[in-house]
Amino acid sequence: MTSRRSARTWLAVAGVRFGNWASRRAGRGAGTVVGGSIGLAIDRNLLGKLARGRTVIVVSGTNGKTTTSAFVAAGWGAPVATNETGSNMPAGHVAALVRSSAVRVVLECDEAWLGAVLDAVKPAIVVLLNLSRDQLDRSSEVRQLAERWRRALEHTSPTTALVANALDPLVVYAASAARRVVWCAAPVAWTGDTESCPRCTAAVQHDASGWWCECGFRQPVATSYLADTDVVINAERCPLELALPGSFNRGNALLALSALEAIGVAPRESAGRLARVHDVAGRYATRRLGEQVVRLLLAKNPAGFGATLADLAGAGALWIAINDHVADGHDPSWLYDVPFEVLRGRTVWCLGTRRLDLATRLWYARVEAAVVDDGLPPVHGGVTDVIANYTAFRELLEASEPC
Amino acid sequence: MLTIAQVYPELLGTYGDGGNGLVLAERARRRDVEVRLVTSRFGEPLVDADIYLLGGGEDGPQRLAVSLLREASFRARIDDGATVFAVCAGLQLLGTSFSVEGDDEFAGLGVVDAVTRRGARRAVGDFVTVVGDTIMVGFENHGGMTNRGDGVAPFGAVQRGRGNGDGHDGFRANRVWATYAHGPVLALNPWLADDLLCELLGWKSVEPLASVADRLYNERLRVLTRRGNRSPHRPGRG
Repeated sequence: MTSRRSARTWLAVAGVRFGNWASRRAGRGAGTVVGGSIGLAIDRNLLGKLARGRTVIVVSGTNGKTTTSAFVAAGWGAPVATNETGSNMPAGHVAALVRSSAVRVVLECDEAWLGAVLDAVKPAIVVLLNLSRDQLDRSSEVRQLAERWRRALEHTSPTTALVANALDPLVVYAASAARRVVWCAAPVAWTGDTESCPRCTAAVQHDASGWWCECGFRQPVATSYLADTDVVINAERCPLELALPGSFNRGNALLALSALEAIGVAPRESAGRLARVHDVAGRYATRRLGEQVVRLLLAKNPAGFGATLADLAGAGALWIAINDHVADGHDPSWLYDVPFEVLRGRTVWCLGTRRLDLATRLWYARVEAAVVDDGLPPVHGGVTDVIANYTAFRELLEASEPC
Repeated sequence: MLTIAQVYPELLGTYGDGGNGLVLAERARRRDVEVRLVTSRFGEPLVDADIYLLGGGEDGPQRLAVSLLREASFRARIDDGATVFAVCAGLQLLGTSFSVEGDDEFAGLGVVDAVTRRGARRAVGDFVTVVGDTIMVGFENHGGMTNRGDGVAPFGAVQRGRGNGDGHDGFRANRVWATYAHGPVLALNPWLADDLLCELLGWKSVEPLASVADRLYNERLRVLTRRGNRSPHRPGRG
């Protein structure tokens, strides 16, 4: 860190370290939230002070934040400070910046905290992936969130550039308030929240030129896009090979590489590094759960679930776990926005605190479902895909081991 | 042939309420009723249907839905015999007026004598009401306080949650059923879906249709009427 620190900041940093140490010692996880909260209580400007003099890339959006942040960190090709544990609010950001003094920083940011985090860290780049309905019982309805993003982005510093998804009208609505935007075309599977224009509420139309509305609001021209097995970033074409599955992750990679290109990292160098990302915080990892070999997949809202189901090949059994703890949201009505009908012909084993809601949804979709009230489903041969929402995923990750 | 229309899901479908149409259609089909489940998208003419389902929505889309429904003579369709099942924003726009953003008042469709004002805070959480003599379970997420006019019957009596804000939930007027319950409420309450089917098809009673939906209803009933008693199940453990 280049800046001199006040006694208060020094004390706050010590508080972060102590909090993290005490929390780990008490066996309560990585302790990133506890330490960060102590630090912010001592010095509420701590995040900005810790970020000063560093090059920060902030990643936000409803889906793909953690994976895209991991892609940016891997693609940079140098030591990076990042909140890879998924604590994506200021306490987690503070903990990440205390843990590592690397000058390159990637911060995954909760959608609702974007404005406050931009004010504090003054990032070089803000990556905006997508916006769609998620946990409506504890966060804003999605149009309100886009409006809040827009207001926050109107006041970004002139040194901040946006890297934003041109195919998501809600993202474009928010991002067009900013001065500098690099538009990327990352495919979106879910359009349920953007059929009505974010600017005027009329029907959004689609044609060969992309989406548009009669009010004049339309899809910007993207300078970064996917082209078969390649990416084109600012007129430079290079191959993109990923170890992670799914078309959705190719879109995430496109935004990550565009962000790095915007600060001078050549795509042909960064793209090669992304193939080394095999799993992200346990997602996509093959693990052993009891006697069963599983591949763990995280999906927690209609857009994420739709993308995950679309990329699932095979006809075998599938496990799905749905919880309703605070971090998941208490209202699983979004299950009716997920196109489970694509699973007809397969058997789904239903787990989690809301397994009956899931089984009911599947019954109405005419998909065979079995409710697992205790323990785990019977063992199947081969690798079984397991889709889980937030806390269910964490429980399954903790209950399983690498294999 | 029973025609079920999901109305403007792009505007009124924020909380999975589209599930209500699916549930109604499936419960009819599995009893050998021929069903057409259609989606009326905005920008297209509103289809002719036996029942129109209106869901929840955000403020701007809710206002647009009112003007589209007015152009589509929605009120006349109800007078001509169509049934309406409305949830949340769908409930509010059937009334005479509603104010959702700030305190600006907007004219509703005036199908039912009811006025919705903005409450001091949002009501978000599990929702339990008594409809007739049966407990209905659901989830509410709205900012409205709805006053029914004289003679307008409520849909249910609130046991847990806010509903209209006066101890009652929604309203029931002729062929109009309206509640604040999301869930989707017909998925959580199979008996309510069957009551609605009986009304639509002129049946006095309906053959039972056993499924996991009954278990879900009983489980939600148990959880919501005994506070804090959550299912202990954790995947991967035990």
